[in-house]
Amino acid sequence: MKYIVEHYNYWLVIIIMMAGFYTVISRGNLIKKIAGLNIFQVSVFLLYISIGNVKDGATPIIEEGITLYSNPLPHVLILTAIVVGVATTALGLALVVRIKETYGTIEEDDIHNQDQSL
Amino acid sequence: MIESHLSLLIVVLPLLTAPIVAILPNGRAPWLISTLVSWSVFTLACMQLANVSTGNIISYELGGWAPPWGIEYRIDAANALVALIVSGIAAVIFPYALKSVEKEIPEQQHSLFYAAFMLCLTGLLGITQTGDIFNLFVFLEISSLSSYALISLGQQRQALTASYQYLIMGSIGATFFLIGVGLLYAMTGTLNMMDLAQRLPELYEHRTIHTAFAFIMVGFALKLALFPLHLWLPNAYTYAPSVVTAFLSATATKVAVYVMLRVIFSVFGFSFIENTPTDELFLILCVVGILMMSFYAVYQQDSKRLLSYSSVAQVGYMMLGIGFGSVLGLTATLVHLFNHALMKGALFMAIGALVYRVGSSRLEHLSGLGKHMPWTFAAIVIGGLSLIGVPGTAGFISKWYLVLAAIEKQYWLIVVVILLGSLLAVIYVWKLIETLYFKSENDSIQPETIKEAPLMLLIPTWVLVFANVYFGFNTELTVGTAEQAIKLLLPGVN
Repeated sequence: MKYIVEHYNYWLVIIIMMAGFYTVISRGNLIKKIAGLNIFQVSVFLLYISIGNVKDGATPIIEEGITLYSNPLPHVLILTAIVVGVATTALGLALVVRIKETYGTIEEDDIHNQDQSL
Repeated sequence: MIESHLSLLIVVLPLLTAPIVAILPNGRAPWLISTLVSWSVFTLACMQLANVSTGNIISYELGGWAPPWGIEYRIDAANALVALIVSGIAAVIFPYALKSVEKEIPEQQHSLFYAAFMLCLTGLLGITQTGDIFNLFVFLEISSLSSYALISLGQQRQALTASYQYLIMGSIGATFFLIGVGLLYAMTGTLNMMDLAQRLPELYEHRTIHTAFAFIMVGFALKLALFPLHLWLPNAYTYAPSVVTAFLSATATKVAVYVMLRVIFSVFGFSFIENTPTDELFLILCVVGILMMSFYAVYQQDSKRLLSYSSVAQVGYMMLGIGFGSVLGLTATLVHLFNHALMKGALFMAIGALVYRVGSSRLEHLSGLGKHMPWTFAAIVIGGLSLIGVPGTAGFISKWYLVLAAIEKQYWLIVVVILLGSLLAVIYVWKLIETLYFKSENDSIQPETIKEAPLMLLIPTWVLVFANVYFGFNTELTVGTAEQAIKLLLPGVN
């Protein structure tokens, strides 16, 4: 039990990850898929931020008398990944707009039916 | 000066060109600049390969920060070969792009198209050059994002949904890779590949390392379209503009296979893989993938889709070599990487020339065109022969090494599957040839409007066709470099 509680952030990561992943797979609505993808990516950001924490470590700013710092590198990495995530979302939404313009719908099934009936 | 910054220039040159091209007015200027840059990058890649082909390793520290803290570009024979493939294909495809893009993409998007193309090239080259696993992720996303944009520019509306589908699956793959890298970092505290390779052996038994490995493998299996994670590929390649299909089919999956090689052999080490079911799993997936996808290819009614399914099957051949994990197997993988880029590049470019004249890649619209476009048709025949693996073409060399590797391991079933795959390739290539040459023209097409494709399309296509034949006889570059690369990938075997 203590093990579970102490690692609560990792459990949170797993729950968010699965929720997001499930949304991407199961939803037919193109916007909801993108939202799911975002949730999925956010869980990875949380994972990175969690592993950057060093037990009893101070904020990583050099100061007299402090020898143990948290690791700032994962945060920097995840800043990059956030930018990538934003770009992916923007591109995905732009595609959804174009799809809506050409097909008149953003439901996967309707789009599929329209292409089949050609 | 150039010599010492060679490895960096290969990535930075196209990266800087992209914004310049984007702000240029539409017209021929963006094309001209992109072509010149792609040629200079190709020259640099040739120089780089010449430097490392003797067994040297180039280690370039970005911004002077020493690895493992700074980002390191680490070039050995394996990356130099893949960088040569990517830049070589780009150098051939950019001249080809002018006419094809004028026909298929609206005028006002030309400069943005070339900018996206340059970014895609940057990303793919960056993946090959870098020795830092997080940097690899960034380059992966640069190339992926720009290729989603490029695919969505296809003429048919399905291009949009194909691009969207690829975006979702590609992002899931990239995020899986990111999770794997995160777990590796948590365990080892380093992102440099060589540093990882040193620190991983003592952690082999650790479950987190196994999880990280699984995430990275699944992520990249999505990217390289390993059966059954290939679902995005046929649509994306069918509906993308011809130039984009030719470029991506010849480079994107190849680069992903290279990353697999690097991660499995350089970072984790094959002794780690042997104790996991990974190699057996690869063999099973490849065998099923080769057979099923070749069957699918036979039944397609669209020439580009037919070749896309064949691409998925060919990825199976490359991964078979990794599954063997032997010197011969890896030689087959590296050589097939190179040769498949040549044959698929040539075939998709020839199909692009047909599309230029007819405006469609569906077989019913292409029937009988071979008689009117003899040079394009001949290119398809030779490319097809290479795809089958007929002696005298590049395809034969890689199939030969693959069969040798399978025999060496005494996997008789796989030998049969490789030969059966070639037999199926005969059927689908014949289907293309039959439609193009032996069927009568479609009624909706006026024969007088159909003539040979312009030279701007034919010459680049034939450059690749000749390369197919040349590397079928002269294997010094392909096999020689592959053997150099394997000395580093599989240390202790030679």
